[in-house]
Amino acid sequence: MKLNDEYKELAWQGLWKNNPGIVQLLGLCPLLAVTSTLTNAIGLGIATLFVLICSNATVSAIRHWVPKEIRIPIFVLIIASFVTCVQLLMNAYTFGLYQSLGIFLPLIVTNCAIIGRAEAYASKNPIKQATFDGLMMGLGFLLILMLLGAVREILGQGTLFDGANLLLGEWASILRVEVFKLDSQFLLAILPPGAFMAMGLFIALKNAIDDKVAAAKPKAVNTEISRVRVNFDEK
Amino acid sequence: MVLSIKTAVSRNAKILALFAIVCTAIVGLVHSLTKDQIVFQQQQDLLRNLNSIIAEDSYNNVIYQDCLILPNDALATAEPQKIYRARNNEKLIAAAITTVAPDGYSGNIELLIAININGSVSGVRTLKHQETPGLGDKIEVRKSDWIKSFNTKKLASKSDGRWLVKKDGGMFDQFTGATITPRAVVKAVRNTVIYFNEHQDKLFESASNCQNNDSVKDTL
Repeated sequence: MKLNDEYKELAWQGLWKNNPGIVQLLGLCPLLAVTSTLTNAIGLGIATLFVLICSNATVSAIRHWVPKEIRIPIFVLIIASFVTCVQLLMNAYTFGLYQSLGIFLPLIVTNCAIIGRAEAYASKNPIKQATFDGLMMGLGFLLILMLLGAVREILGQGTLFDGANLLLGEWASILRVEVFKLDSQFLLAILPPGAFMAMGLFIALKNAIDDKVAAAKPKAVNTEISRVRVNFDEK
Repeated sequence: MVLSIKTAVSRNAKILALFAIVCTAIVGLVHSLTKDQIVFQQQQDLLRNLNSIIAEDSYNNVIYQDCLILPNDALATAEPQKIYRARNNEKLIAAAITTVAPDGYSGNIELLIAININGSVSGVRTLKHQETPGLGDKIEVRKSDWIKSFNTKKLASKSDGRWLVKKDGGMFDQFTGATITPRAVVKAVRNTVIYFNEHQDKLFESASNCQNNDSVKDTL
């Protein structure tokens, strides 16, 4: 029963309350840079999700063998290895997407959300929970990427799923939806400033919803997750 | 005390080294598994580009293996460029040359230019650029047909005044709000055509000297 609550809490934290995209504001560089189309956003989101799950699981699995003095370099090593593998795999099997994500794939390494989860959660909790945490945090990040990508693509080019065939193969060309026809593109939505503005609006919207909910039930119990500090015993 | 620090350091060093070895081994394994597929994808991509500007049925050699590396000074670029030669039963048909327009609005514009044996342009494609989305990126074929305006164009002489954007008195459209980008592309294509016209014989006769093409299966 208690375990179930823990999973619920993890999901709630990752998807909403502590969302890496709009609350922790981690990984802003890829978030803002590649979300000019929905396809790019999904591609990077899935890559990040995959790395996050793998790194969380691995970090959790080895947590008893890693002395705390050298845990950071080891986490970096693990994350960098996974990112390199993802990069190689995408280069081999989704070449078009690899080209359009370009430099932002290796930058997943520097996404603080990943090392942040490794340090704050995975290194102190069992594998199952850590993996689930990675899944939820990754999904939270993916959702924000998709939202931003969709909004910017609709405003900027008037389409959705433009270039989906790069990610999913040729059949996916039919997914492309022309929402409305634009003679010239709405530049602001495509360029980084538009990304910042859309991002700001999302954060404001989230806060507004939170305020509304809080106002509706003022005596809501604050279910802060209680993290147990684990000391690494010197053996 | 000294001893315990020493043992701690050496223990940590060993653990770190172990992790480094394991991680490197995994990356190495994935690399060796995906290596061929990546080369294959790059070749396919190149072939797609080549076939979009040289009619696929006009030649029958393995075009990406019939490739010559051009020295830096040939097209005044920072990196050596490549030329791919299309032949039909040893008869020369066309050549595709990679080049860089260094004077784009934001950085280099990488181009692939195919020229028929008679000196007319068979087609031009933009391979890579960082021009402003919505303005300068109309040099991409999926955004605009502008790049196709080079097709079948010939250069009459080295100082052919038509090979400029309209704003400069030439025959190529500029884009609303972006003149620098098309100007840079026109200039790079013109220089490539000039180079091709002057060195045609040598370009077709020299033996292939590009590397890394051996591991790919014959896909034609």
